Amino acid sequence: MSELTNLSLAEARDALRAKKFSAKELTQAYVTAVEQHNPKLNAFITVTSEQAIKGAEASDKKIAAGQAGALEGIPLAIKDLFCTHNVQTTAGSKILEGFKPQYESSVTEKLWAAGANMLGKTNLDEFAMGSSNTTSYFGNVINPWRAKDGNKDLVPGGSSGGSAAAVAARLCLAATGTDTGGSIRQPASFCGIVGIKPTYGRCSRYGTIAFASSLDQAGMFARNVRDAAITQTVISGHDPKDSTSSPKATPDFEKALTGNIKGLKIGVPKEYRVDGMSSEIADLWDKGIKWLKEAGAEIVDISLPHTKYALATYYIIAPAEASSNLARYDGIRYGLRVTPENGALNELYCKTRAAGFGKEVKRRIMIGTYVLSAGYYDAYYKKAQRVRYLIAQDFKDAYTKVDAILTPTTPSAAFAIGENSKDPIAMYLNDVFTVPTSLAGLPAISLPAGLSANGLPLGLQIIGKAFDEETVFRIAGVMEEAAQFKAVPQGVGV
Amino acid sequence: MSEYRVKGKTGDWEVILGLEVHAQISSKSKLFSGAPNDFGSEPNENVSLVDAGMPGMLPVINEYCIEQAVRTGLGLKAHINLRSVFDRKNYFYPDLPQGYQISQFLDPIVGKGIMHIDMPDGTTRDIGITRLHLEQDAGKSLHENSNKYSYIDLNRAGIALMEIVSEPDLRSPEEAGLYLKKLRSIVRYLGTCDGDMEKGSMRCDVNVSVRKPGDVLGTRCEIKNVNSVRFMIKAIEFEAARQIEIIENGGKIDQETRLFDSTTGETRTMRSKEDAHDYRYFPDPDLLPLEFTQEYVDKIKATLPELPDDKKARYIKDLGLSPYDASVLVADHATTHFFETVAAKHNPKLASNWITAELFGRLNKADLEIDASPISTDKMSGLLALIEDNTISGKIAKVVFDKMFESGKTAAQIVDEEGLKQVTDTGAIEKIIDDIMAANPDKVAEYRSGKDKLFAFFIGQVMKVSGGKANPNLVNELLKKKLA
Repeated sequence: MSELTNLSLAEARDALRAKKFSAKELTQAYVTAVEQHNPKLNAFITVTSEQAIKGAEASDKKIAAGQAGALEGIPLAIKDLFCTHNVQTTAGSKILEGFKPQYESSVTEKLWAAGANMLGKTNLDEFAMGSSNTTSYFGNVINPWRAKDGNKDLVPGGSSGGSAAAVAARLCLAATGTDTGGSIRQPASFCGIVGIKPTYGRCSRYGTIAFASSLDQAGMFARNVRDAAITQTVISGHDPKDSTSSPKATPDFEKALTGNIKGLKIGVPKEYRVDGMSSEIADLWDKGIKWLKEAGAEIVDISLPHTKYALATYYIIAPAEASSNLARYDGIRYGLRVTPENGALNELYCKTRAAGFGKEVKRRIMIGTYVLSAGYYDAYYKKAQRVRYLIAQDFKDAYTKVDAILTPTTPSAAFAIGENSKDPIAMYLNDVFTVPTSLAGLPAISLPAGLSANGLPLGLQIIGKAFDEETVFRIAGVMEEAAQFKAVPQGVGV
Repeated sequence: MSEYRVKGKTGDWEVILGLEVHAQISSKSKLFSGAPNDFGSEPNENVSLVDAGMPGMLPVINEYCIEQAVRTGLGLKAHINLRSVFDRKNYFYPDLPQGYQISQFLDPIVGKGIMHIDMPDGTTRDIGITRLHLEQDAGKSLHENSNKYSYIDLNRAGIALMEIVSEPDLRSPEEAGLYLKKLRSIVRYLGTCDGDMEKGSMRCDVNVSVRKPGDVLGTRCEIKNVNSVRFMIKAIEFEAARQIEIIENGGKIDQETRLFDSTTGETRTMRSKEDAHDYRYFPDPDLLPLEFTQEYVDKIKATLPELPDDKKARYIKDLGLSPYDASVLVADHATTHFFETVAAKHNPKLASNWITAELFGRLNKADLEIDASPISTDKMSGLLALIEDNTISGKIAKVVFDKMFESGKTAAQIVDEEGLKQVTDTGAIEKIIDDIMAANPDKVAEYRSGKDKLFAFFIGQVMKVSGGKANPNLVNELLKKKLA
């Protein structure tokens, strides 16, 4: 492990400005780390080392000229769901293999404008559909962590598994992710890092390949809360190109890290103590509660009564939107096209989409098509929309009593590749603690809070009020201090 | 107005019609993207990343199009919904890049309204408007250029359309034609659509069903893409006859979508109800519900121009025009403009008579629209001025008018060249009268002894001798004096 790659983003930023090392040196250290470890982890689909080094040279000039941006010279990884100009953007799907957008997503545009540079595009579940990063056409991502009792390859979580693994394995300083039902928080938890999903509408969705438009939200992975706050500040803000992006001004989230949460009321929802919750997870949650109390916060028992319907609701709404969002991948204008021998249009559609989409994507397109069909719409989609409203209302009611909510991020630690693959429902259960927040559009962070008996990281989730990421970050900062999580993944020899 | 009936073997049939009109909004850019709307560009010249359905692209509503839809709704005296929702209509087709069309399904921007149509007998009929909703157009598939490939032109993809749906209130092909013309006139007045059916900026689908008068509604068929008033009338006539024949032969009408073929004048099955798409409508999560305030609507309302119905009422009341002339003059925006320009400087009734009788007669014969009239408003005004200042008589004016229409010359030019100037010189007319009286002493005596009818003889003689140029009023006056 290089000294440089072990620095936090904030430390690297300050050192770059103090000219202790150059952006090129820092970037080169990461390029080397990617070269060394990516073949094993498969965290990146596309590596853009040359572009990163070139960008670093430009950053060094800017730093020298005193024109450094907020992230000047910081090497980042970008989930391969964000369109990047002239760089292959695949969404983890065969259907987009080789697709090079002639435009840039608003989120990455903001990062480059702030001076950050791109090391590459990270692997993900195909079209962000999955909780294990095992549905990517470009292969599984391997979690850099290893269990004490075995040498099996573990999943990094999903869908942003490549970004989480890359940040945990010190292959980048931070990485973008997207979260639709837990796709940032769950992999952050599995990889022992921080992952923030901001309020729906905080970041622009322009140029981010859509999975479920009413749920998709960009966020950041970082190795600590401060780094997450710094980068999240940069990618937030209104975008006239996305009608659902909020016009609210973005606060400087780093400034929210005051370390003081005295008097804050933190809710603990009883419905999250699900049947069969492992004692490990229950103990971790209790530990979190204890830290908050010690820091002067008040713990309040709350109820979110519609929680038990959240997964079912999510697995109607998200596939419904996906079935429509993915209709554009038809082999006509870009991406894969399989030309049928008989030249028939319907055959072209069928063959192209059959060959281009993986199993999980097909499953969700079929579920989504079904729930929107005539005769089923009211029973499924419409009802799910009503329940979604009730779930959001649960949170609104709770927030009349509390300032934020504490829950575990996932029901378990990272599992072995292939473990949940036979039963899609078992896989969907991974999102049980993250999905309600997504349905309600609320901000939430996952931070590493401890290790399982097997030596694997476990995360806690803090859920905030809409557009109150500041409180979320502030509480996360205090808990991070209390948790003193120093463990690092063994898998890549860091 | 006698009711329209189609005669069948078993008696008279009533035809029930409803129209769905797609009117392209006159706007610089498309409904959800900044790409231009220009007609006649090279294929795929006006296509943005959004229109092409590129990954990650999002629609952003064009506020101007919203305003145009509200204007149109107000023009149709319709209820404006302060909250409406954009839905996705899902289906696969190569000229539909997103795999869905953004439309409005359950909550359209404009609700129920009403339109009056003017029947030729001077009566009016009220036709219900069901709704007006916004949607984007699809692109165009071109199959002609190659037998191996189809080509896609996305210039139209994403252009803003207003779909205006009528109630099944229309009862004859003629009414349907009048409805379409009136609708076109309204959107042209409002400036929200150019109404050009040839360019495809106004397209029409017709729902046709038949029944015995007084029966319940029959099963309807939708006839797609009837792109002129003439074709629409033809299509309805054909379709009604087809349906009647089926029913009278003991058959049943299948609800289906049919296509009108303008070369054969027939309709044929496009898709049956069983093959109908399940469009899986659902609210587009990329767009927030469309909400605006009553103040916004009121502001637009304040900028509405005077619409045909109001204009007609004013022409009758303030200008003294006949209801028929008034409805003819307001039926078309260009005609109204012509009339108002001329009437502003002259007696409106005189202007109306010359436009509705003379000008329209000549234009119809020459198969010309008013925009292409060889007699411009200025020239028409020149002619009326000569009538009003007694330079020429109404009779001479008709001669001048014909020459103007053929030559494009001004009235003054023609009057000058042909020496048609009216004689208003009292002395000259008196001289003519004296000569005629001297040549016809018997007629003068007869008149003076009570044969009043002979007055017309003297007028005729004076006009004849003057070559029609003597001012008729003066002739009248002087003759009366001299013959007394």
